[in-house]
Amino acid sequence: MKPRHKRFAWIGAGIVVLGVAAALVLNAFQSNLVFFFTPTQVVGLEAPQGRAFRIGGLVENGSLARDADSLTVRFRVTDTAKTIPVVYTGLLPDLFREGKGVVAQGKLGPDGTFRATEVLAKHDENYMPPEAKDALDRAHKGMTMPSLQSQGDPR
Amino acid sequence: MAAHWFLYASPASFYPIAGRMAPWFAAAAAALALVGLWIGLVVAPTDAQQGDAYRIIFIHVPAAWMSMFIYLVMAFWSALALGYNTRLSAMMAQALAPTGALMTFIALWTGAFWGRPTWGTYWAWDARMTSELILLFLYLGVIALRNGIDDPRRADKACSVLTLVGAVNVPIIYFSVKWWNTLHQGSTISMTAAPKMAAIMVTALGLMTLATWGYAIAVALIRVRAIIVERERGASWLSHLPEVRRLVV
Repeated sequence: MKPRHKRFAWIGAGIVVLGVAAALVLNAFQSNLVFFFTPTQVVGLEAPQGRAFRIGGLVENGSLARDADSLTVRFRVTDTAKTIPVVYTGLLPDLFREGKGVVAQGKLGPDGTFRATEVLAKHDENYMPPEAKDALDRAHKGMTMPSLQSQGDPR
Repeated sequence: MAAHWFLYASPASFYPIAGRMAPWFAAAAAALALVGLWIGLVVAPTDAQQGDAYRIIFIHVPAAWMSMFIYLVMAFWSALALGYNTRLSAMMAQALAPTGALMTFIALWTGAFWGRPTWGTYWAWDARMTSELILLFLYLGVIALRNGIDDPRRADKACSVLTLVGAVNVPIIYFSVKWWNTLHQGSTISMTAAPKMAAIMVTALGLMTLATWGYAIAVALIRVRAIIVERERGASWLSHLPEVRRLVV
């Protein structure tokens, strides 16, 4: 083995070891790396208890209700399996819509209602002109819900 | 076989080649960016969900792709520099670092201005954004380490090792939206599925990506020439160059 082959072998081994170490660390911190918890995780008590966390899902169709004389809004966040009611006082982002993704930060109240202090809209990875969107909506009129995390998965 | 490859590994033979190639890449970048911006900002329709705010994508996505790709290229040159002990490989890595840092900054900055109207916040500590911020610090760290070591050959080694260690971050950035729940949406364009985007938007995005490639290559070639002149200033081949002779005489 020439010296430079030996050096390349060391570089290769170093990269492999680093990669494995990084994978193990990321795996260990898995729960801290998620930005939000889904309603199923919240119901399953996987979300942190007694402190603030973020909840993410779709705003359930027909669930949005605004207070007549304040900025308080109520809506339900769903992952199509479980649903959590959310109450929030403040301005909603422009892209906040029923049937679209949302991430809310706050605490779970004793009554099971999520009291949000901040609401962010989570838009999806699809880009299309309004005409195409209309055609698509007419085609599957309420039959399917847009998936929350369909991230480039070929299936 | 491998012998003629090493010919181009000599700064003396690469310097004139880089000088001849740089203007072509720069011209291609300018032309592609003009057409790409025109299609992206004028021809392409607005987005059904986001309105015109989505057009930031034509800067944001090429810059973000480039920020990751330049780092991988830097890691490649760093591995060659450590393995073969070639000066030019380390110089190439050195030449790429500022452009990579610029691309990372543009990706973060345009992302913030996209996030405000769409998500409702400039910044969130989700996995995609945090790992991209770490990438910026890695670029700045490599540049700082280079400037902190006086002996260029020792700086080559130290920077190469740091660059290779940091390469672990690149797949984390790319796959973060797949591995964890993030505020950042998933990939619109991937190697395994059809683009989830109207064709005219993909065209503009492709042109802007090629323009960014051309820009990065042109700037890296121009910068590597400056680095060669700086580091080889004692070499006799340099003093025979017409542009240097003009200065001396």
